Amino acid sequence: MEFGLSAEQTMLQDSVAKFLDRTSPLERVRRFCEQREQRAQDVWSGLCDLGIPGLFVAEEHGGIGCSLLDAALVAETLGSRVAPVPFVATAVMAPLAIATAGSPAQQAKWLPALAEGKVVVGAALSTAASNRLTDPVQADGAKLRGRALFVLDFEADAYLVADSQQRLYLVDANDSGVHRESLATIDRTRIVGELVFEDAAAELLPGSNDPDVCARVIDAGRIVLAADTLGAASTMLSRAVAYSKERVQFGRPIGSFQAVKHLCAEMAAELEPCRAMMWYAAHAFDAMPDETRLNACHAKAHLSEVGTRVARTSTEVHGGIGFTDELGLHLWFKRIGANRQLLGGPDQLRDEAARLQQWV
Amino acid sequence: MDLAYGTQYETLRREVRQFIADHGHLAPKNLLEIDRAKTRAWQELLIQHGYVARAVPKQYGGYGAPLDPLEAHLIADEFARAQIAPGFGGQGIAYLVPALLELATEEQKKRFVPPTLTTEIIWCEGYSEPNAGSDLASLSTSARLEGDHWVVNGQKIWTSTAESADWMFCLVRTEPDAPKHQGLSFLLFSMRTPGIRVRPLKTMTGDAHFNEVFFTDVRVPQVQIVGERGQGWLVANNVLLHERDDLGDPDATLQRLNALVDLMKKETAAGGRIMDNAAYRDRLLRLQGRVMALRYNHLRLLSAKLNNKDASLAAMIVKLQGTELRHELEGLAVDALGELGILYQEGRHLRDGGSWQTMYMFYLGLIIGGGTSQIQKNIISERGLGMPREPKVKA
Repeated sequence: MEFGLSAEQTMLQDSVAKFLDRTSPLERVRRFCEQREQRAQDVWSGLCDLGIPGLFVAEEHGGIGCSLLDAALVAETLGSRVAPVPFVATAVMAPLAIATAGSPAQQAKWLPALAEGKVVVGAALSTAASNRLTDPVQADGAKLRGRALFVLDFEADAYLVADSQQRLYLVDANDSGVHRESLATIDRTRIVGELVFEDAAAELLPGSNDPDVCARVIDAGRIVLAADTLGAASTMLSRAVAYSKERVQFGRPIGSFQAVKHLCAEMAAELEPCRAMMWYAAHAFDAMPDETRLNACHAKAHLSEVGTRVARTSTEVHGGIGFTDELGLHLWFKRIGANRQLLGGPDQLRDEAARLQQWV
Repeated sequence: MDLAYGTQYETLRREVRQFIADHGHLAPKNLLEIDRAKTRAWQELLIQHGYVARAVPKQYGGYGAPLDPLEAHLIADEFARAQIAPGFGGQGIAYLVPALLELATEEQKKRFVPPTLTTEIIWCEGYSEPNAGSDLASLSTSARLEGDHWVVNGQKIWTSTAESADWMFCLVRTEPDAPKHQGLSFLLFSMRTPGIRVRPLKTMTGDAHFNEVFFTDVRVPQVQIVGERGQGWLVANNVLLHERDDLGDPDATLQRLNALVDLMKKETAAGGRIMDNAAYRDRLLRLQGRVMALRYNHLRLLSAKLNNKDASLAAMIVKLQGTELRHELEGLAVDALGELGILYQEGRHLRDGGSWQTMYMFYLGLIIGGGTSQIQKNIISERGLGMPREPKVKA
């Protein structure tokens, strides 16, 4: 029995961290956000060289065949550096959906291309994950109509789309029936958008007639977003601690005042158990299917709550400078804020958890 | 990552379930009032089956199984699910025994561990003093060596269960000229030694298991010291480490969460179940998320211990998080009961023996005891995060 990370997993995180520190420092992330780049090609190609897009794709399809926990650990590292790259949809949700529900021909066509990073597939699952629309996606044979919001990894070559029956489809981004519009959100480090389908040509993933497939893809997405928040919040905590040791007021570092120390201790006390919670949820996905959904709901809900408090408290420890653009701290604050709502906010997820346990 | 419950675990799980089905009715119900005979019989039954002191070696009265965190977790989990008391913990078993196994002499282990496990000896902890609370190392109860006895003089306070305990483990100053942390020693003595006077302090719960203890020329055999002279702080900190783990015990909290779920399904207001009220339900789910996070943190700590990995920050937060969570959990039950929640201790309409109000208050005591939440935050920030210490006040 071991409940902890292996040496390989720690190495994986280290290698992604080192690469990002070199290729995607804060100035690079800022340039991506300010110039509204569609793809940080330098960062993405480097990640492709490391094999990141194929991490969660089986070896027989040209990937590395790692677990969801491994993917979540990468997401944690991406979140810690607010990396401006696609990941959750193209490296996790789409490969999972295609591997689980795609025909052999679909798998052969899509998985190797996804694993190489040659193709990016976004995830348009709002109809299934947190439907707020009056015109959700409806299927009519091989044609889709309706709208999907908050499409993840939006700058993509194709989309994984859920209809109102929770069946999953692949749709070419350049199909004449697909209308794309990016959405301006608080988080400019990742691009989300809106898709309107007007008789868009869609390939059904035949295995997705079982609604559990779509639900499981959403579970995976939620766990990975929770991991991204864990990384971002950990960075905000360590930056608050570092700043409190440097900043001197009343003749001493502000980190020696209990008022400031206790804010940092509270952040650590709440955040540290989240690490084990994220591991458990991801491992449940990999090895304990009965426990997955409840853990995915709770991990994302709880991490969103803790992440939000850490984001706020870290900003506060920094004082005025934390509220400005100078340190870029707000990029982490906003990433956490976006993760909180995507694929279901904490209140919705707790409600789902109650229903799963038949408490209502 | 490997949490696979192999066949031996499934066998153990079935055994535990069968044991609970067969013997669960023998478990003591009351969490605060201890029936010694009943507690001891239950405890001995649990040790015999390996559900208490599972990894304590046989020669010290334990079950003698190899340390396996997953087994311990599984057993605790089954007891929590069944809402059955998992045996007597208490200061002796939960805090002192692990420290003795690590730091005591062979003779001391053989003498003290077995009767502690069976609850034949119930211990109290003599740490805090009127002028040494959060600043524990400044304590002044003295012990000076006269012949082959320590002679103890002074006073302890907030000594839980001193009125009924058989023995005390006590931190005393033996080296008055040494710096404060290096002048302490760790003594064990019977509460029936002449010169000990116990004065109960009634607490906000109405119970009087909290005490002042006065020592006048209390003579303690020299051999009843754990560790060397002047090393008492190290021993006391080892004990405190286990104490802080235990105070945040997530399996006990899970057990209460399950009881709260039952309560909210059973109680009604305006004809509807409390569970169907979205406001109460959301509070419950928030707590459930936190309970899960702390349980997984606990699992991480067990695994880290087994595999010699560092998880010191994860360990430091347990007491703070665990006691605060438990206090809130008991408080939600009181709110879920509404006006029924203010009923106390006896009488008509009382639910679950009044345990929710009692434990709500009791856990406020534990937020303060064993190192207050504020002291925990100092420890987390200074030792866990490396933040600077508060400058010393010039004397």
